[in-house]
Amino acid sequence: MDRRVFMRSGAMALVTMGLNPSFLRRTTFGMQLPQAAQGKVLICIFQRGAADALNVVVPHGDPAYYALRPTIAIARPSLAAGDAGALELDGMFGLHPALRSLKPLYDRGLLAPIVAVGSPSSTRSHFDAQDYLESGTPDRKGTPDGWLNRYLALSGTCEAGATCANSPFKAVSLTAQMPRILEGPRPVVAMNSLDEFTVRATGSQSDRLEALYRTGRADMIHATGNDTFEAVKMLRSANPQQYAAANGAQYPTTDFGRRLKQIAQLIKAGVGLEIAFADIGGWDTHVNQGGATGQLANRLREFGDGVAALVADLGDRMSDVVILTMTEFGRTARQNGNGGTDHGHAGSMFVIGGDVRGRDVHGRWPGLAPEVLNEGRDLALTTDFRAVFSEVVTSHLGGTDTARVFPGYTGSRADWLRILNSTAASALPARPG
Amino acid sequence: MSLRHALVFLVPLAAGCAGTAMSTVRERSALDALPVPSPASVMAREQTADQQVLHALNRLAFGPRPSDVEAVRAMGVDRWIALQLEPQRIAEPAADSLTARYRTLALPLPQLLKQFPPNPVLRRMARRGNPALLPDSTRGVSRADSQEYAMLRRRTAVVGQELISARVARAVVSERQLDEVMTDFWLNHFNVFAGKSASMRHYLVAYERDAIRPHVLGNFRTLLGAVAHSPAMLFYLDNWQSSADSARPRLIPPRVVRAAQRRYAERAPQLAGMPPARRDTLVAKLQQRRRGLNENYARELMELHTLGVDGGYTQTDVTEAARVLTGWSLQQPNELGAFRFNPVLHDAGAKTVLGISFAAGQGVTEGEQLLDLLARHPSTAQFIATKLVQRFVSDTPPAALVQRAADTFTRTSGDIREVVRTIVTSEQFFASAAWRAKVKSPFEVVVSALRAMNAPADTTPRTAAIVARLGQGIYQHQAPNGWPETGDGWINTGAILTRINFGMALASDNVPGVQLVHWAPYASLQAMPHAQQVDGVVRALLGGDVSSDMRSILLSGDHPMLEQARSEGSITESTAAPELSESLSPAMPAPMRGKMRGEMRTPRRNEPQGLAQIVGLALGSPEFQRR
Repeated sequence: MDRRVFMRSGAMALVTMGLNPSFLRRTTFGMQLPQAAQGKVLICIFQRGAADALNVVVPHGDPAYYALRPTIAIARPSLAAGDAGALELDGMFGLHPALRSLKPLYDRGLLAPIVAVGSPSSTRSHFDAQDYLESGTPDRKGTPDGWLNRYLALSGTCEAGATCANSPFKAVSLTAQMPRILEGPRPVVAMNSLDEFTVRATGSQSDRLEALYRTGRADMIHATGNDTFEAVKMLRSANPQQYAAANGAQYPTTDFGRRLKQIAQLIKAGVGLEIAFADIGGWDTHVNQGGATGQLANRLREFGDGVAALVADLGDRMSDVVILTMTEFGRTARQNGNGGTDHGHAGSMFVIGGDVRGRDVHGRWPGLAPEVLNEGRDLALTTDFRAVFSEVVTSHLGGTDTARVFPGYTGSRADWLRILNSTAASALPARPG
Repeated sequence: MSLRHALVFLVPLAAGCAGTAMSTVRERSALDALPVPSPASVMAREQTADQQVLHALNRLAFGPRPSDVEAVRAMGVDRWIALQLEPQRIAEPAADSLTARYRTLALPLPQLLKQFPPNPVLRRMARRGNPALLPDSTRGVSRADSQEYAMLRRRTAVVGQELISARVARAVVSERQLDEVMTDFWLNHFNVFAGKSASMRHYLVAYERDAIRPHVLGNFRTLLGAVAHSPAMLFYLDNWQSSADSARPRLIPPRVVRAAQRRYAERAPQLAGMPPARRDTLVAKLQQRRRGLNENYARELMELHTLGVDGGYTQTDVTEAARVLTGWSLQQPNELGAFRFNPVLHDAGAKTVLGISFAAGQGVTEGEQLLDLLARHPSTAQFIATKLVQRFVSDTPPAALVQRAADTFTRTSGDIREVVRTIVTSEQFFASAAWRAKVKSPFEVVVSALRAMNAPADTTPRTAAIVARLGQGIYQHQAPNGWPETGDGWINTGAILTRINFGMALASDNVPGVQLVHWAPYASLQAMPHAQQVDGVVRALLGGDVSSDMRSILLSGDHPMLEQARSEGSITESTAAPELSESLSPAMPAPMRGKMRGEMRTPRRNEPQGLAQIVGLALGSPEFQRR
C-alpha cells in the first residue's frame, strides 16, 4: 500500500476515535515534529544593494579610515562623540551607532562580525555579485541552482525507494519570488507572508478542490496537490494568526520586520523549518549616505532592530539557530563627490546564534593604506564567503559534502574562521599562519 | 499575383465567429495552397478527433478561446496546423492595434534610450543640471525637485512595464498563436534577465522585437546571429567588455593602444565632451586595461544556445571561442546601445574551436564563422530538436521523434518551421501518451485561462504581475538557462496553492479585464440547472474531457474523497482573505504597486457563488494545470 494512503487512512481512523487534532497533525505528516522542533535552523538575510561595510563594522582604529571619509566617517567611540560615535567592540572596530540593538548580542557573546569577507570575483555589478553569492559559484554564471538548494539536496538524501518524509516547510523564503539562493530541484516554499499560504475559497469549495487533487491519475500534480493541502492544514493548526512575539521582542513595523517575525513563528510552530531566507534592500548609497544619522543609518536601524527582535523572540531556541547576514560586496573605501560610496569589493557579515563564538571580530583585517587597497580603491578581501558558508553548513547543519554545495571551491577547513564553537570542538588541522 | 496582394481580398471563412482565432483565415485559395496531410492520417492517430483539436490548441496555441474548438474542427486540425506554421497568412488586427496602444514598443533603441533615459543617465543629467534632483534623505531637498526626479524615474519605468505587459497581452489576443508559442520558446532558450542593468529593459524591447520575433519560425543560424549581435545578449553575458588578454596580438599596434590609454587617463574628466566615436574607443581601451577575456557568452553559446552541455566541447573550446568573439561589443550602452565590432578589444591571433582552425587577424568574420560552425554542428540539431520535442510533445521526448526532428534540422540547414512541422504532424505528437502530458508553465496557466474566458488584452502590467506571482516573472529569470521546460520544475506545494488561488480570483472577477458576466457561455449557462452548468463549464474550460470522479465532485458533492476532505476539516477560514499579488515586479514604481494591491483578492463578502464557483473549481483543478 502506498505510504501516503496508509498515513491518511491511519489518520482517518484516529479521527473516528476522537483524538485531538494536534496529534492527528503529527501523525498525518509522518514526521517526528517534536524532534523537528529541536532541529537546527539557518536563517539567511540578504542586504541587497551592497551595504557599506566600512560604516557598518567601523574600523575606528585604522588611521586611514578617517582620511578616506572626511564627512561620512563614524566617529571614534568617546564621550565627546556620544551617540554619534561607533559602539566599541574591541578597540579596533565599532558598530555603527544605529546598530545599538545588536550591541548587547555582541556583549553576550551571541554575535560575531566578520570583516573583509566576500566574493573573490572582481565584478562590481550588483546583478553578477548577487548571482555569485547566491549560486555559490563566483565568476561562473551557468550554475542553475542556488547553494542553499544544493545543501537541501544533500541533507535530503534518502535511501533508494524510500519516501523522504520532509516537511513542506523545510525551506521557506519570505519573499514574493523564489530567490536565486534557493532555486533548484528541491522543493522550497516562497511566500510574501504566512497569510498567503491558504486556499482563498469557502470551506465547501476548498473541500472540493482537495477532493479533485485526490482523484485522477497518480502523477506529480496530484501528489504535490495532496502535499499542498496537508501543508496548509499543518500551518493552520500552528495558528500563525494568533502569534504574539515572546520576551517583549519589538519587530520593526516594516515588511522586513514582519517577515522576520513570521520566520520566528514558523520555527516555534514546529513545522520542520530548517532553512529560512529574507532580504532587505536600500543599501546602494551612492549619494548622501550620511554618517551617524541619515540614509544608511535608517537602513541599519531597521536591519539591526529586526535581527535583535528575532533573537529576543526566539529566546532559548537560539541555541539551535544561526542567523547569517550577507551583502553582495562592500563599497569604495573613499567617499565619492556626492557624499556617498560606489561599488567596492570586500564587505562584512554577521553570524548570530547560541553556538557562535561571539564577542570577537573575525577575519583578518588587511588595512586601508593606499597600497593595500583592492585596485587602489576598495577594502581587500581576506575571507572567501564560501569559507564562512562551508563552516556553517558543516558545523551547524551537519552537512558533510560541502564540495557539492560549493563546486569548484578549492578552500579547505583550514580556511574556516572557526566562528562556531562546534567547529572549534571538532578536530581541525592547525591553521596555517 | 503576389501573396501579399492576394491577402487584401481575403474573404472571411467563418464569418460570425468574430474574435476567434479562425475567423481571420480569409482566403480559401491561400489555405488550399498549404500542404495538408490526407484526412486518413487523422483517423490513424491514437487520439480521438476531438482530442486532436484540443491537443493542437493546447500545444500550438496557449489554449482555446471560446469558439476556437468549433472553428478548428470545421477547418480540420491538419489544415489549422499548416496555417499556424505560416503565420504571415494570418491577419492580425487585434495584435496590430494592441501594439499601437503602447508608447515604447515601436521606438528604435536609440530613440527609446533618448526619450526614456535609463537611471544612470537620469542621475548624470540631474547631477549636471540640478544636483538637488538627486534622491536624498539627509539633506533638505525641496519637495518639487525630488518630485521631478521621481517623475522622470516613473516615466522611464514605463519601458519595463510595457515590455512585460505586451508579452502577456499579445499571447492572449494574437491569432498567430504558434508565433507566440515560439516567441515564448526562443526567449526562454536565449534567456536574458531584465534586472542585469538599468538599460536592459530598453534592450529587451529591441531584443524581442528585432532579434527574436522575426525569426521564431525562420532559420536557426539567422536567429543565432541576431541574438549574438543584440545589445541584450552582449550585455547580459558580458561579451561587450571581453577583451584579448594582454599577451595576445592585436589588430591595432600596441603603442596605439597604450597611447590611447594614457590619453584616456589624462582626459577622463572631459570624456563627456568628446565626439561619441572617439569616446567609445577610449572607454573601450579603459575597459580592456581593466578586464581581460570574459568567457561567459562563449560558454553559454555552446552549452545553452547550440551544442548542449554534453555537446562534445571542452573548456579549451570555450576559451578559444571567447577569443574569437573578443571585440563583439557595444557602442554607448546607455545612449545608443548599438552593436560594434571593436578592433581594439579583439584578439588577432589564430584560434582553434572544435578542431576547426580560424586564421589570425580575420576580425569580425571569425565570429560569424564560429556561429556557422555551431549552427550546423550535429549536436546543435540534436539539442534543439530535443528541446522542441520537450516543449511540444512530452517531458520525456520520444527518441525516434527527436531523431526525425534533428534530421529535418540538418537537412534544411536549420529551418525551424520545418523542424516544428516534423514534430507537430508526427504520430507521437498525437499519441495517447502525449494527451495532457505537459504541465503548464505559470505563463501558460494565466494566458490559457484568460483565453478561455475570452479576456481582452490588458495593457497595464497587472496581468504580467500575476504571472510573476505564480513564479515566472517575465524577463525575470536570472540565470542564462531559462525557465524549466519540464513539469517537475513548476510543481511544488506553494505553486499549486497560487494556481488554485488564481483560479478562484479569476472566477470572482478579481483579475484585470475579466468579468464572468461577459464570458460568452455565461448568459446561456446561468439559467440552467447545476448539472448542466457543470457540464457547460467542463466543456468550455476543459474541453469536456474529464474523469467521472471529477464530474461527480463538481456535480453532487457526494464523492467519497470529498467526504474525507470535509471530515478532516476545511482548510480555509472564509474570514481570511489576504492579498495574493502583493509584491509585484521590482521594476514597478511604488505608486503602481499600491494601485495593484487588491488584484486577485477574494473579497470577503463576494465569495464566488453558483456558476462562478464551478468556474473557479475548474480553473483550479489538476486538469487545468495540464495541456
